[in-house]
Amino acid sequence: MAAPLTLLLIVAVTIRAVLFRSSWAELISERVEVVSPLNAWKRVVEGLALLDLGVSPYSGDVFHEVSLSLIHFLFKSILGSDGITAVALYLSIQTYNKNVFRKQKYALESDRYPADCLELLRSPKEMFYIPLKVAMFYLLNPFTILSCVAKSTCGLNNAIIALFILCTLKGSALLSGILLALATYQSIYPLTLFAPALLFFLQRLYIPVNLRRSSFWFFTLQYAFIYVGSLVVITGLSFFLLGSWDFIPSVYGFIFSVPDLTPNIGLFWYFFAEMFEHFRLFFICVFQINVFFYTIPLSIKLKEHPVFLIFMQIAIISIFKSYPTVGDVALYMAFLPAWSHLYRFLRNIFLVSCVLLACSALFPVLWHLWIYAGSANSNFYYAITLLFNFGQILLVSDYFYAYLRREHHLTHGLYLKKKDGTEATLVLK
Amino acid sequence: MAAHRCGLSLVCILIFSSLAHPSSCDTLEKANDNTAEKRSISEVNTDGSVAGEALNERQWQSTDAEVDRSDSTTHSEALTPAAARDEFQEELVIRPLHSGDIYASFQFRTLWDTDFLQEGQKVSHYRLFPKSLGQVLSKFSVRELHISFTQGFWRTMQWGQPFIPSPPGAELWVWFHDTVSDVDGNWKELTNVLSGIFCASLNFIDLTNTVQPSASFKPLGLGNATDHRFLRYATLPREIVCTENLTPWKKLLPCGSKAGLAVLMKSEKLFHSSFHSQAVHIRPICQDEQCSSKAWELRQTLNVVFDLHTSGQGKKEWSLFKMFSRTLTEACPLASSSKVYVDITDNPEGELFELSPATPLLGQAVVLGDRRTYSVYDLSRAETFGQLRSFNLLLRWKGDSGDMLRPLLHAERYVAGFGLQTGEIHTVIYNNHPYRAFPVLLMDSVPWYLQLYIHTLTVTSKSRDNKPSYIHYQPAKDRHRPHLLEMLIQLPPHSMTEVTVQFERALLKWTEYTPDPNHGFYVGSSVVSALVPSMVAMRTNFTQDQPLFSSFVPVKEESSYFVRVYTEPLLVNLPTPDFSMPYNVICLTCTVVAVGYGSFYNLLTRTFQVDEPSPPLSKRLANLIRRMRGVPLLT
Repeated sequence: MAAPLTLLLIVAVTIRAVLFRSSWAELISERVEVVSPLNAWKRVVEGLALLDLGVSPYSGDVFHEVSLSLIHFLFKSILGSDGITAVALYLSIQTYNKNVFRKQKYALESDRYPADCLELLRSPKEMFYIPLKVAMFYLLNPFTILSCVAKSTCGLNNAIIALFILCTLKGSALLSGILLALATYQSIYPLTLFAPALLFFLQRLYIPVNLRRSSFWFFTLQYAFIYVGSLVVITGLSFFLLGSWDFIPSVYGFIFSVPDLTPNIGLFWYFFAEMFEHFRLFFICVFQINVFFYTIPLSIKLKEHPVFLIFMQIAIISIFKSYPTVGDVALYMAFLPAWSHLYRFLRNIFLVSCVLLACSALFPVLWHLWIYAGSANSNFYYAITLLFNFGQILLVSDYFYAYLRREHHLTHGLYLKKKDGTEATLVLK
Repeated sequence: MAAHRCGLSLVCILIFSSLAHPSSCDTLEKANDNTAEKRSISEVNTDGSVAGEALNERQWQSTDAEVDRSDSTTHSEALTPAAARDEFQEELVIRPLHSGDIYASFQFRTLWDTDFLQEGQKVSHYRLFPKSLGQVLSKFSVRELHISFTQGFWRTMQWGQPFIPSPPGAELWVWFHDTVSDVDGNWKELTNVLSGIFCASLNFIDLTNTVQPSASFKPLGLGNATDHRFLRYATLPREIVCTENLTPWKKLLPCGSKAGLAVLMKSEKLFHSSFHSQAVHIRPICQDEQCSSKAWELRQTLNVVFDLHTSGQGKKEWSLFKMFSRTLTEACPLASSSKVYVDITDNPEGELFELSPATPLLGQAVVLGDRRTYSVYDLSRAETFGQLRSFNLLLRWKGDSGDMLRPLLHAERYVAGFGLQTGEIHTVIYNNHPYRAFPVLLMDSVPWYLQLYIHTLTVTSKSRDNKPSYIHYQPAKDRHRPHLLEMLIQLPPHSMTEVTVQFERALLKWTEYTPDPNHGFYVGSSVVSALVPSMVAMRTNFTQDQPLFSSFVPVKEESSYFVRVYTEPLLVNLPTPDFSMPYNVICLTCTVVAVGYGSFYNLLTRTFQVDEPSPPLSKRLANLIRRMRGVPLLT
């Protein structure tokens, strides 16, 4: 399997290198869909220029990246970060598939599946290419390519999250906690990935999720300690490197209070540009809570399936976060091949994929009409962002539905019968 | 207390009676008499020689004769009563410009050797100095205050340098005393008070358009404060200046617009001009060369450029009446000197234009690095007004004027780029000196909604990179403070230096846009301050008899003079949201969020169940009846 992955990497690097050399690179790096105020490379360069002038980069409102010194050293690795992400995702999904297959085998041996669901079970043959497909979905996704060519630091965030997933699936609680802290430190939202990681470790160590059991609390506190400890260490380190706490309001305050209303693919910008002043605080709270809100109910519902929970959380973050870019979308889309066995239960995948494709094409068109040609106004671009987010929500909830339905079939049988023996339809009640 | 009030009312009565019957009042006129007396002594001599020799021969009146000055100081010290230590001077300078326009500059100066900032002592007795400003100075511990309202843009390339430059719109800069602890609070209150005094929208000055320049705005008066924490600078480039700003400004003059040069200020004429700028400058200055005593100087200036060329049906001639629709009949009785200067430097032999009435008095002044010759009309002398008791200056052009000397320093600015996403500010500074290089300080204050990228800053002279030797940059904070960029750039001789910096336009909240958002947003002028090498030796010594227009900016060295050049303000378009949509946007976005929330909620709270269709209505009704009858139900 190493050879196709290497080939894939070479192809991906070639595409990026060609785009870098072309005149498109500058155009792409200015696109609002690809870069946000949080991760634009232009702003990183500006932050470095400010440092050169002896001005704190956080004294202004141009630079909102935490780890300036880190990026300083890693700035070449932004290009490499896509490769790291892809390999990490590849290895994670490989591990995950092995786990799934092992569990499925135990269940089969203990005869837990109804007789008619054998066709729902996953075969090693179809699972074999899934890790490669995941890597391919990430590396060759136009969203990732654009994001990489624009030198958006979103690639770094994705790499850290992918490494976190890999470490979690490999069972290293220490590394997983540290990487999660790093991801949180960068953009606060990955905080919600704490729950699925914890659930995964508990499951892996056969600790039941029971609030009365001391072993549950022992491990939870241990993991939380690793996480919070490394978060404190990282924050303290950046304090010592920068010599001030300026970065806290400049980064996290900026993420939470959404002062920059530059258009992007998210829901925040136009909403808060048009918001009545006395409702602003209320709606900012509502919209930010909305991102974190789903963690607890989803963890309860999906406590047996932490990896799917990770996917759901990443998708929700990238839809509802305050400054989303296409790079964030690309990360959760890379997981889609891992759920290819849900395909038969998806209800409107055709519609959703059409919507997403059409929106991706219309973003630059309507942007041009609004900003450059002056023949459209902001509503046009806003309409497309609405539709794009609507499509994403449909996509994610469709996968969620399909996952739940498959689990239901795995326990109750595929061909359900009514009381009178006719074929039954499943409904949510 | 009673005695104090009594004294005050006595003074009031004296002032009023002096205004009503100038001849009967002796206390007030004494000061004027002194100066007038000593002037007439010096001028009688020259007049006598004029009478003796040919009528048209010009006599040079030295404006800074050493003897006169030492005389005057000793005289005034000996004779001026201690109570009236203030004096008022007025003058009008008229300079025919090469473009055919007329530049008229009024200067009014009130000097008062009191101390507003002294602890525990309240200044309550005001004579010539306006009380409204005096109270403001002492309340807010202001050390220096400069405010200007300008309508139109001063075209340096066509008109040369103005005596006191000002940017379009309103400009306010204030040095506070270094005992002030809450400078921002004082500044906020001060702008609101000034807004009331001048009937202007200065209350729109807040932290988002206030900067603290580190080098460009040094105090012009006494004291060399360098701590720019006590300096506040703000411009309102969109401010429109009109009659309602002129009226309060005129009221600050001791004679109002009743007498003296201020009679000429008729607003319908003043605002029917290419350029109009009125300013108030308050600063502490030395009273004499030794700087033994300090005085507060209030300088009110009004500069107008009349476009008489186009309105005069091709005839190039002007008169006071034609410009202001008034003539002068008397000097302000409270003024110690009242003069009209006409710049005749380009017309030494009278071949270009002809002035009538002709004056025997000539003056010379070194102003802005150039030695200029002026015809002087002294309004405090009765013969200036002639038989008709009215003074109407008339100038008739005879030939075409020659080429103007290009100003040595000149700057312009524009926005490059297309679309509403990014752009580039270009500032072009010209050094027209043939062989001297000199440094200039460029100051730019850019509002926060244009996000500057300082790493894109380029400075090129003669198509070569010209690295600024000093950069002071303060990045903007969204909705809190603007960008401030100050640079020291060395301008090579005879060159054009281009400074470019890229910016990104922000989308604002819908309530932050001006009522006409598609008109665009104004960005204040850049300020170029420089010590320009002078063609002639500047006068560094202190002379009281210098004309007012040449003595505003203190001169430190002979070889150069200080110039401030303001560029054009910029008009930048920002992307706008649809202002009619707030309800729609709130509804639509909330709908999408609710779709997300609803679909997750649905999947989270419900479980899959086999759909059992409910029996049809007839069957249910039949079952209901059967149940009542106690008969087995239908299935």
